[in-house]
Amino acid sequence: MTAVGRNVSRKDGIGKATGRAKYADDLVFPGMLHGRTIRSTIPRGRIKSIKLDFDTTGFTIVDYHDIPGRNVVDLIEQDQPFLAERDIRHFAEPILLLAHESLERVNAARVEIEYEELEPLFDPEKSDGILKAIDINKGDVDAAMAKADIVVEGIYRTGHQEHVYIEPNGVVATPENGGVAVFGSMQCPFYVIKALKCMLGADAQIRVVQTETGGGFGGKEEYPSMIAGHAALLALKSKRPVKIIYDRLEDMVATTKRHPSIVRHRTGVMRDGRIVAMDVDVLLDGGAYVTLSPVVLSRGCIHAAGAYRCENTRIRGRAVATNTPPNGAFRGFGAPQTEFAIEVQMDRIAATLGVDEVALREMNALRPGDTTATGQVLREDTSALAVLDEAVRRTEFRRKRAEYRGTNRTIGLALFFHGAGFTGSGERHLNSRARLDLTETGVRIAVGSTEIGQGTRTMHAQIVSDALDIPYESIEVAQPDTSVVADSGPTVASRTCMVVGKILEECATAMRDALGGLTPREYFARHGAFSVERKYEPPDWIEWDDHTYRRDAYATYGWGCDVAELEVDPDTFEVKPIRLTAVQEFGRPIHPALARGQIEGGTAQGLGYALLERVVMRNGAMANGQLTNYTIPTTLDTPEIDVVMLENPYPGGPFGAKGLGELPMDGPAPAVVNALRNFGLDVREIPATPEHLSTCASL
Amino acid sequence: MRFTLNGSEVDVDAHPMSRLLDVLRVDLGLTGTKEGCGEGECGACTVLIDGEPVCSCLVPFSQAEGTNVRSIEGLGDDHPLQRLFMDEVGAQCGICTPGMVLAALSVGESPSLSDVQTALAGNLCRCTGYSAIYRAVLKWRGVSPDGASSI
Amino acid sequence: MRTAISELDLRRARTVDDALAMVADGRTPVAGATDVFVALNFGTLRERAFVDIWALRELRDITATGDTLVIGALATYTDAIRSPVVAGWLPMLIEASRQVGGPQIQNRGTFGGNVANASPAGDSLPVFAAVGATIVLRSSNEERRVAFNEFYTGYRATAMRPGELIVAIEVPRVDGRQWFRKVGTRAAQAISKVVAAGVRGDEPRFALGSVGATTVRVPSAEKALRSDDIAGAAAALSAGITPIDDVRSTADYRRRVAVNLLRRFWSDTAD
Repeated sequence: MTAVGRNVSRKDGIGKATGRAKYADDLVFPGMLHGRTIRSTIPRGRIKSIKLDFDTTGFTIVDYHDIPGRNVVDLIEQDQPFLAERDIRHFAEPILLLAHESLERVNAARVEIEYEELEPLFDPEKSDGILKAIDINKGDVDAAMAKADIVVEGIYRTGHQEHVYIEPNGVVATPENGGVAVFGSMQCPFYVIKALKCMLGADAQIRVVQTETGGGFGGKEEYPSMIAGHAALLALKSKRPVKIIYDRLEDMVATTKRHPSIVRHRTGVMRDGRIVAMDVDVLLDGGAYVTLSPVVLSRGCIHAAGAYRCENTRIRGRAVATNTPPNGAFRGFGAPQTEFAIEVQMDRIAATLGVDEVALREMNALRPGDTTATGQVLREDTSALAVLDEAVRRTEFRRKRAEYRGTNRTIGLALFFHGAGFTGSGERHLNSRARLDLTETGVRIAVGSTEIGQGTRTMHAQIVSDALDIPYESIEVAQPDTSVVADSGPTVASRTCMVVGKILEECATAMRDALGGLTPREYFARHGAFSVERKYEPPDWIEWDDHTYRRDAYATYGWGCDVAELEVDPDTFEVKPIRLTAVQEFGRPIHPALARGQIEGGTAQGLGYALLERVVMRNGAMANGQLTNYTIPTTLDTPEIDVVMLENPYPGGPFGAKGLGELPMDGPAPAVVNALRNFGLDVREIPATPEHLSTCASL
Repeated sequence: MRFTLNGSEVDVDAHPMSRLLDVLRVDLGLTGTKEGCGEGECGACTVLIDGEPVCSCLVPFSQAEGTNVRSIEGLGDDHPLQRLFMDEVGAQCGICTPGMVLAALSVGESPSLSDVQTALAGNLCRCTGYSAIYRAVLKWRGVSPDGASSI
Repeated sequence: MRTAISELDLRRARTVDDALAMVADGRTPVAGATDVFVALNFGTLRERAFVDIWALRELRDITATGDTLVIGALATYTDAIRSPVVAGWLPMLIEASRQVGGPQIQNRGTFGGNVANASPAGDSLPVFAAVGATIVLRSSNEERRVAFNEFYTGYRATAMRPGELIVAIEVPRVDGRQWFRKVGTRAAQAISKVVAAGVRGDEPRFALGSVGATTVRVPSAEKALRSDDIAGAAAALSAGITPIDDVRSTADYRRRVAVNLLRRFWSDTAD
């Protein structure tokens, strides 16, 4: 019996449900110290003096002088220090590290820092610190706009969003082999080891191991390099294991969040509904350092024109610096922001033209053979119309839209898409590898891809099982340990199934040939162990120009259409979601229940983004950094989520699968806002809190 | 101070204002109970005291004296609800799962969907959107998800 | 960051008299700890010496005697939800209790704690205000009663004297239809942005939380209701409350919603 396509028993075992699975804070090492990060309390300025106002007996104290290599967190740029030397660019910037045997003593230590304060900049619209600029041009926007019957303009805003993985960031670093081993909650162990090598020196003995991770959502893509570096420095100086676990407040205030956005649209349309010109301006607030802003902007811009065809498109994107903690990866990675904008813009266009919002989308949706904003010619793996039609049919959208008019109920929709894998030449640069090891009893998967709840272990094992034609039960998955597994690239960008799964499929096929008809046991008994390693081979038809931002941005796209049904309380403007219908096409599911889990979970996160989750910034710092005041959806806030998984197998993916992790995030917010607009409120920003709704103009 | 933990008498010497959460995790080395927020908002630290779910991050150790405390370890390794959480994908990353399972034990016979949602209103999950958790709990109580009344 | 436990001193009270002696000694009572331990975890705990009163069974009862419903200070929200006595006498207290936190908090939070904590956002407080409850205070020397509407003297300030413990909340027979509404930051585990309780009888009462330094009733609004002047009541209410902007909501929103809730109370409880 094949494994792919069935809800096989998960490789995680039962440990997550019994409490036996070990997360970072569950690890205890003999002689372990507790670490703490002393952070700036101003958003911009210079350190004048540091005074240790406590008895330092038994303490290990680390500052930037203790960094043997380079004091930079190596990522896209090398601008962010592990520890501030003199300049402070954001509140909660790390300055000093302390460690002590007693958690109580380390928390009680008083450090007095004197600053020279400088005027901080918080408004991205006033910033001239460009972290990244991207320009996408297709056709002749100005000429086409001049010939349009109607031009519709709009400005759309999205705020920060905090990941709220239920497990905060945490690591334990321990001296090992003259160097250091780091165990922790993370998505990308090879990002961490790369950053540590830069900090400690290329010859440093470093091993990074991912522990069971309690949620990531992008919040543990790049940030763990920082906390791992801190723990490593303390471990090396103290020669003891050091554990650093952030409490919820520190995690929310100091670590990355989703980039806030301001997106301006000017769309030229003909009276019959055809979109003839799109002019889009995307502004992202990157916070104080570059981190991943260039790629967030990239994905955001590429998706900014939405799931629509338009011969004349200009997208101008800027990510700018402000004196706030750096923003970073969060599921969707720029696309939730820009697809929010285009989808609300589409509903406004429909209203302006006096046409039905479904018909407007049907007319302009991308079809096979059409080109995207970057000039990519789409192929048969394009399902915009299919998801739209199914969502409209299934929810009886038009009937409900009419029926709800004048009541407290309302309905709205959003059509969206999401490129799978790294953008353009990204996958080629990553040069990811996967390895299969033959063992005495079967096969072991050895990749750096991490299980963070999405089902990596299980889904990879299913692919290998069918490609190798061996029982699923005989496959084990190695814990991601940089000294053991192959670097299959980061667990991000909806690539773990489609890209890494594909490389594993290649490995399995090669291993199957090598086994020559023997079972793994038989082969092992006769010849012993062997391994097959393969690297990623991008599809040969992909052409991408990093300078002009033209052609094939992604190997394929997932497609979705969400319909939100809401009830609005006229007394309080509270919005109660009644049902969210999510129709999504992502090739085909490898494990249907795990895939459904991605859609349900991502949709719930999108609902929080739309209605409940507001980061309140005061003086450049999150003022509501506690779960009491930053409110994610509880059971009572989350409606029934009706999931439909359409299939359209993608030949370039393992068994036809595309990426799925982020797609569900792009639809809920615009679907909700469009429903609120249909209710009669002119909403153009999220979160659409009751306070905000009570100030919106009536439509 | 003596109390019953997972059916056995234990005697732990810890500061009376220690959080019960820390007595379990640090003094007793039982790390199945998790800390997600320290505010009683996420429910990841849920344990049962005399059968009732509480947030152990908000319980002074002195108040455990003479009580019957049940942590996730007390459920063993093969409780049907645990298996259902894995099979129905009620657990994705798993960090909320121990607290969620213990809170779900208070769901009575023949529950409606609303009963399950109310019982779990004090447990946050960021991964699942809760639907699969309902499926696991309803199945455990022998109710088909379609058989339960919707919201 | 957490308050250092080693700096704290907790002793358990075996009897109420025990507890009262320790309170007189300057110890701060800890019951369900759902407020005290949040402060401890957050590092904002100011007190250092505590008396654990959780085990004082005699303070947990909920009983009806003649014309008075007596809610023991240590009765939890769950105790109220499960109490047939409360269901008959003060069903809006059950509604309020169901909307406090989630089950874990309901199992531990007490009414005495809610009253003593003196947050203007306390969910049970408008209920007690609207029914004219009485707070029963005991010290080693005496027992005295303070009308709920005289209990709060300012923001997080009460009429309690040193050495006193809240032992019960007494609720008279409620004359009229009961109405309760909490507008929180979300549907569960929410702090109220506006919370209101009303009684519609010959003398309508309407009490609000989260719109001022304490739970409030606006007498001029209640007077207008007596003559069915809802417009006058709304105007008086709007003028009589002092909501603020904070991380959860805005003054404008709170004011607007408070008035809407008043109108909704009136229309919901009409014949």
